[in-house]
Amino acid sequence: MIDKIFLNMTRTSALLILFIVAWIFVVLFNHSIEAMQTFGFDFITKDEWAPNLEKFGAYAAIFGSVASTFLAMLLAIPVAIGVAIFLSEIAHDKIKGFFGVSVELLAAIPSVIYGMWGLFFFVPILRDIFGGMGIGLLAAGIVLAIMILPFMAAVTRDAMNTTPDILKESAYALGGTQWDVIKDIIIPYAKAGIIGSLILALGRAIGETMAVTFVMGNVHHTPKTILDPTTSIPVTLANEFTEADSSLYFSSLFGLALTLLVMSFVVIAIAKFYFLRKVRKGQ
Amino acid sequence: MASIIDIKDECSLHVRNFSFTYKGATTPSLKKVTMPIAKHSVTALIGPSGCGKTTLLRSFNRMHDLYPGNKYEGEIEFEGRNILDPKEDLIHLRTKIGMIFQKPTAFPMSIFDNVAYGMRLQGIKNKTELEGRVEKALQDAAIWKEVKDRLKHDANGLSGGQQQRLCIARAIAVEPEVLLFDEPTSALDPISTQGIEKLVIELKERVSIIIVTHNMQQAARVSDYTGFMYLGDLIELGHTEELFVTPKEKLTQEYITGKFG
Repeated sequence: MIDKIFLNMTRTSALLILFIVAWIFVVLFNHSIEAMQTFGFDFITKDEWAPNLEKFGAYAAIFGSVASTFLAMLLAIPVAIGVAIFLSEIAHDKIKGFFGVSVELLAAIPSVIYGMWGLFFFVPILRDIFGGMGIGLLAAGIVLAIMILPFMAAVTRDAMNTTPDILKESAYALGGTQWDVIKDIIIPYAKAGIIGSLILALGRAIGETMAVTFVMGNVHHTPKTILDPTTSIPVTLANEFTEADSSLYFSSLFGLALTLLVMSFVVIAIAKFYFLRKVRKGQ
Repeated sequence: MASIIDIKDECSLHVRNFSFTYKGATTPSLKKVTMPIAKHSVTALIGPSGCGKTTLLRSFNRMHDLYPGNKYEGEIEFEGRNILDPKEDLIHLRTKIGMIFQKPTAFPMSIFDNVAYGMRLQGIKNKTELEGRVEKALQDAAIWKEVKDRLKHDANGLSGGQQQRLCIARAIAVEPEVLLFDEPTSALDPISTQGIEKLVIELKERVSIIIVTHNMQQAARVSDYTGFMYLGDLIELGHTEELFVTPKEKLTQEYITGKFG
């Protein structure tokens, strides 16, 4: 009897998750129908976003999301892998512990703090170096990179730590240097885990709102250079929901949200595919 | 006192007054061990768990150096020098003294690349030379027939016994002088174990072999000399037959007759 109640409780909890996801999807879909019917594919291919003219093309926001995420990944990946190699292979035990905890603490900093720090301290530096306003795609990319870096480094390190000692020793026993072992054994062995963690970080970056809202500029223009201010999907949503005064405007914002949801789903699905592949390999 | 026979044949390694202390330990795990290792023969190290046999084995290729803080004292002479010297070139040493581990350790790459790995580390790039030496090594490790049609396949697709023979091929491909076997069959089935034992006996024509084993029958089957270790001391070193039939030390006799272990 108690078993049965317990079983039903766990089952209900699991179903609840599915239900909520489905619910969110249906709500987003329903509310964005009006925008989809009005604009069709133009919604994602045109970049004219003019609420006063009732014209909504989300291309700039989509482009901004993808470009800032791409830039962030480009900047963060080499550094994260470097940090992970240091933490898993090179540092001595004491430093390993201290640095390891620090990296995990950094990963726990709320993203709004990265955004504030970026706007007040980082943007002025960019302005001094490159001129212009400082806020824009580059600033967003860098702040995002800094934000995802600790998470990325921590999971990449965990993936590298799964390499069995005996495998590393075998390579050393053949006359391998530390660098040989890292590049020929550890990275290939942990490859699936590393790629999976990179994609999870990508998932975080693409949906990130607060860290980039401060530094992106929030203008609906497809940027011509990486110094131009632009916007992204979550930035647009956070800034404009309170201003949506017409039903088409409202619906267009939901359309944006739906686009973001689909993008995130695809990213996470790819990451899970890699993780699953790794788990299967391990058996 | 320990009973160590004087080896008349040429020796490839001389261990003299060798003590080893792990990081943070107050007492040494090996206490002033003195032991000659005969050239081109098989020396087995036996003894109960924790006796120091694997610790001794891992000293010959300075594997302990991967984990900082351990301490070597005394001397291990190889090719006329003391390899415990802090200035010893470990990369070079490990190409001369190879190692086979408790579990098969195929690298995450193809069968060919596994065997070629050690040679590539030495900077050999010539394709014909690599192909020739890979084939030779695989033949010597008695696995060539099984893998010759799938050299490009992932080595992790091989069975445990095949992987262990692949590891042996990989180790002999760099033409070492000495091969260290650390309980090489503990993860293998009886048939594969037989194959590895046969291989060990064949290989001694070219290399000196030191094998650590939990299995006394295995030591009796493959080795020419056997060393019995207990609590960090080498109690007895003798011709394998003599040590098992007429041990000189009481402790050795008790161990091989199963009174403790």
